[in-house]
Amino acid sequence: MTATTWRRDRLGYLPYLVPGLALFTGVIGVPFAMNVAVSLTEWDGVGTPAWAALANYRELAGDGEFWSSFRNNVLVIVAMAIVPTGIGLVLAALLTDLVDRHFGPRPASVLRACLYLPQVLPVVIAGVVWSWLLDPDDGAVNAVLGAVGLDALAHDWLGDPATALWTVMVVMVWVQIGFPLVVFMSGLQRVDPSLYEAAEIDGASWARRFRHVTVPQIRPEIFVVLLWTTIAALKVFGPIYVLTKGGPGGATNVPSYYSYQNFFDKTDVGYGAAISTVLTLIIVALTVVFLRAQNAAEPEPS
Amino acid sequence: MTERSAGTIAARAGGVPALGRRGGGKRRRGPSAYATLVALVALAAVMLIPFAVVLLNAVKTPEDYSANGPLAPPERVSFEAITGFWERVGFGQVLLNSALISGSVAVLAVLLSVLNAYALGIGRIKGRMWVLAVLLLANTLPQESLVYPLYYLSKQVGLYDTRLSVIIVFTVIQSAFGTYLLSSVLGAFPRPLLEAARIDGAGRWRVLWQVVVPVIRPTLAVLAVFFFVWTWNEFLIPLVFLVGNDNQTVSVALGVLQGQRLMDATMSSAASLLGLLPTVVFFLIFQRTLSRGLTAGAVK
Repeated sequence: MTATTWRRDRLGYLPYLVPGLALFTGVIGVPFAMNVAVSLTEWDGVGTPAWAALANYRELAGDGEFWSSFRNNVLVIVAMAIVPTGIGLVLAALLTDLVDRHFGPRPASVLRACLYLPQVLPVVIAGVVWSWLLDPDDGAVNAVLGAVGLDALAHDWLGDPATALWTVMVVMVWVQIGFPLVVFMSGLQRVDPSLYEAAEIDGASWARRFRHVTVPQIRPEIFVVLLWTTIAALKVFGPIYVLTKGGPGGATNVPSYYSYQNFFDKTDVGYGAAISTVLTLIIVALTVVFLRAQNAAEPEPS
Repeated sequence: MTERSAGTIAARAGGVPALGRRGGGKRRRGPSAYATLVALVALAAVMLIPFAVVLLNAVKTPEDYSANGPLAPPERVSFEAITGFWERVGFGQVLLNSALISGSVAVLAVLLSVLNAYALGIGRIKGRMWVLAVLLLANTLPQESLVYPLYYLSKQVGLYDTRLSVIIVFTVIQSAFGTYLLSSVLGAFPRPLLEAARIDGAGRWRVLWQVVVPVIRPTLAVLAVFFFVWTWNEFLIPLVFLVGNDNQTVSVALGVLQGQRLMDATMSSAASLLGLLPTVVFFLIFQRTLSRGLTAGAVK
């Protein structure tokens, strides 16, 4: 195929983007522009916004609460993106390559359903249930620790600034695991089973099959899941809202919750808009870096 | 029997007897396979503990709860809390609204994702990475920052307090993930399949529906499940947009009652149980679609 016909051929795909771009403009593009405009004003949500130029951003740069919320967010990324992707990958491989083939598809899909269920639970409810389990007085976690003779470890998990963030992280791992698992398992269904058969007949151990068959075959999904869960971690709001409200003493505050506080609790809408604009820019920069890395890692199909 | 297990059997038929090591039937299961299975079952059980707690408290009486705490088994099974919650919020209507909104979003967002990803992944149009980065904004924007502008815009076009407004907003937000996942998957789509279809005289539209979509159907099913569940559990935007009682969704009804502290713990549990049952049922139904129609043999 010559270069010109190939270019014309690519142009032929443009109409498929029209509905997506039109809807995007109305639902996301225009509101985002409005949000940026609001971030340049002082506004309490009603009445006329007062022009403030970059005052909100100057305030933000010197706001220690904002920067410490970012440090917390790094640990939330570990709990929501890195750990679940790793565990999800191993679980997906075990379920597909081991359970499915040795015990049949039914146990594999039942286990997948069980591990995915936390994703189905509305976050409002998950928060209530975990508060019961982690209750310092009669919660199940402390009760179990007592029953196995580890009373000394019983603790006010969410109430102590030293453990609150770690506890939230454990809950987030519980919430998140199902997502990578299901994406990876659906990706592995594309893989020709004879690849595994051949590797096994060649005497490849499970670990080798994992490294040389499973991971390379679902590389696109691994990139997608990592980026997606990282974005979700940067935007995390619901779990913080229901578990700790950013406390105790800001120990679990994150930028997204901090912006919510300014939008709705302090009705400092301009400042809230500035926080969410900065957060958006950070996420977009991260997305672009990530997509470039993904592009570089993917061989151009010939 | 699924296509995949058929494929596996074909592979066994080709490889195993020739080596003469194993007979027919199930594969060899070593002790390590059993150990792994036991470990996975144990993990699954731990993951399910919070659900057991919800179930436990949903069928308790408030007196039982305050006497014995949230973790004791119920003295007797009572459905008072469940029926009480159902009647208080008119749960039938609320359920219908959620099903309508989440169902529409699941279908429309998958459709939109396929169209976008076809142009980006298969078409590989110029500047696709930037288009993708922009489209991803739909999900990367913190929703708090969208609420004020969307509220204002929906009033302008007369869609405020309609289910349609929420359907449109979430179709766009959810399709960002679908566009990204499918673009990545389609970027690695085998070119020979496409070229064979083009040589047979199929246009882009027919190639999309007759070649591309059938191959990625398992992934589309997964996307539909995700979109349904995610939309079902959305709280902030439906809370702001659906102020009328007739339009409320399950999550909003739940969250509002929770916020007003009008519910005791047993009713909260009952509400939770009713709120999560439909998505669980939906997922379990789709589980079966997920393992059907697989095309492992077609893509190498």
